[in-house]
Amino acid sequence: MNLHEYQAKELLKKYNVAVQDGIAVEDVKSADDAYRHIKNKTNNPFVVIKAQIHAGGRGKGRFVGTDVPGVKVVKNIDEATRLAKDMLGNVLVTKQTGKDGKRVNKIFIAEDMYYKGISDIKEYYLSILLDRSTSQYVIVYSQQGGMDIEEVSANQPDKILKEYIDPTVGLQPFQIRRMAFALGLTSDAFKSFQKFVTNLYNAFIDIDCAMLEINPLFKTSDNKIVAVDCKMNIDDNALTRHPELLNLRDTNEEDPTEVEAGQYNLNYVKLEGNVGCMVNGAGLAMATMDMIKLSGGDPANFLDIGGGANAQTVEAGFKIILKDPHVRAILINIFGGIVRCDRVATGIIEAYKKLGNISVPIIVRLQGTNAEEAKKIIQDSGLKVTSAILLSEASQLVRQAIS
Amino acid sequence: MSILLNKNSKVIVQGFTGSEGTFHAQQMIEYGTNVVGGVTPSKGGYKHLDRPVFNTVSDAVQETGADVSIIFVPPLFAADAIMEAADAHIKLIICITEGIPVRDMVLVKKYLNSRACTLIGPNCPGVITPDEAKVGIMPGFIFKKGRIGLISKSGTLTYEATDQIVKAGLGISTAVGIGGDPVIGTTTKEVLNLFLNDPDTDAVVMIGEIGGNMEIEAARWFKTGGIKKPIVGFIAGQTAPPGRRMGHAGAIIGGAEDTARVKMKIMSECGVSIVESPADIGKKIASLCKK
Repeated sequence: MNLHEYQAKELLKKYNVAVQDGIAVEDVKSADDAYRHIKNKTNNPFVVIKAQIHAGGRGKGRFVGTDVPGVKVVKNIDEATRLAKDMLGNVLVTKQTGKDGKRVNKIFIAEDMYYKGISDIKEYYLSILLDRSTSQYVIVYSQQGGMDIEEVSANQPDKILKEYIDPTVGLQPFQIRRMAFALGLTSDAFKSFQKFVTNLYNAFIDIDCAMLEINPLFKTSDNKIVAVDCKMNIDDNALTRHPELLNLRDTNEEDPTEVEAGQYNLNYVKLEGNVGCMVNGAGLAMATMDMIKLSGGDPANFLDIGGGANAQTVEAGFKIILKDPHVRAILINIFGGIVRCDRVATGIIEAYKKLGNISVPIIVRLQGTNAEEAKKIIQDSGLKVTSAILLSEASQLVRQAIS
Repeated sequence: MSILLNKNSKVIVQGFTGSEGTFHAQQMIEYGTNVVGGVTPSKGGYKHLDRPVFNTVSDAVQETGADVSIIFVPPLFAADAIMEAADAHIKLIICITEGIPVRDMVLVKKYLNSRACTLIGPNCPGVITPDEAKVGIMPGFIFKKGRIGLISKSGTLTYEATDQIVKAGLGISTAVGIGGDPVIGTTTKEVLNLFLNDPDTDAVVMIGEIGGNMEIEAARWFKTGGIKKPIVGFIAGQTAPPGRRMGHAGAIIGGAEDTARVKMKIMSECGVSIVESPADIGKKIASLCKK
């Protein structure tokens, strides 16, 4: 589960992680109040306004039809009001949102951290994530902060440093010292960094994060280390032990059909293609998508209906797929193991009849227990459904259906 | 011979009396697996499916001499169940449970480092050595005994591949579903190593998917290793968009080497015969075995 910047920062504050603080608002009036509040608190008229969407690249992104960026500094209340109006309810397009962009419903009015002082400011990069090849958490950090880390990784791989964490003892002080020295931190900034990383790691573990990225990790001119931006992703499998985090989910950020599929306990991912598919099992579902592509079509979705594959799940699957107007054919691919194919076939026919006029051709491929009986049931149903047993046959039928 | 599992394996079921545990224990017994008992805390002393129930894995091991355990315990308790099995000196632990938090598995993996056991899974269909033992949730009847080793990250795609292999006139020595989570007990490379050293396995089918670099690691290791057997490889998710999780918790394109294209290209360079379509797995392995 992805969180918004403002939500992640609220959580981090509970673990005494220093963050660029602010107030999240949904309307212009509240934005004005928040501006005044932050200005008085920091005694600085410069305030940053940040659009809250689940996508990076906000600073370089632009609101549709304008040159307003997703993150901007304002220096008085009039500018704040105007910017809040330009952002709220409008669509922001960034490198990560795709061309349709994302509608901004919330903005974060935050302190300006780039004030002048006794030393230079500096932007670093730090993230904590799972290293799959060693099955350990790793801290990835760099002197090159505030920019796209993928680019740093591609162009200057030697600038990316890593610290692997032994899960039984956790992150050790010597590791944090090594990181601080590698970043060139001294005196107060060194101490501030030690406290920051210790608390950040504790938060990561305690919240069951899948990924926590601080970019930029910032050194202020008075040598404090703070998180200026924060991306947090929580391990979905761990949410059952953090029920208090469930209400942080923002379904506005998700595809509405995917949200609906979730309510039926279906695993659905919307894609751009023209052939819908419904499959039991995630691996077979991906393989089926690949086969659709090789047959000359384009998969319209990923849909795993799970092991059961009964009339109810098939019906829900049909409903979800048919919401997509681009779908020109539907392939149902079920490998019946413990669930028998003849029962699945009966379920498909039941669901089909219940839904009534399905106008796109349907190809049903049932293989496994009682596959022959299942094929007969489909053929005898008199419905506009073609049937296959072998995967290669199904591939041929897809090719015919869309040609 | 076969790998991991044979007719002498003595199997216990953790989460024995739950609905999943009961159903699949029954299926395993019908297949002919030597299920010697099960574990459900606080139900020790009872009989279930005509076999003894124990409170702890160590009790079960002491009484039955079990060396294999299969776990059907809910996600938040599964890590504990795996460690309990390891502590009781179970040699082969097969965890079917889907949805275990990553943090728990990171700790489990470390815990198992210093112990002499093999963990298969979690989030996997299990292991089967046809005609000898099935310790998993796969439909046993589709597996025919033969000399092809099968390694796969997924369930139904394993059955699909098996079905094609059998229809091509070949059979399976052992099929291992290693699981689709980001942290799993045994990697593709480790299972491949077992198959290359198994005199009863002539060729291997390796089915991977997007996410992680396990298939690449296995292929690169195979290229430099001494033992050569024909390997057919397929990677699911050629059409998956980057950054999206495709059902399995681990099936997500995270980095440049995580895509299906890159994996297939590197595997091919390392001497693995790649099929682009999942419909061609059976045909391909048959053509390699006839040479």
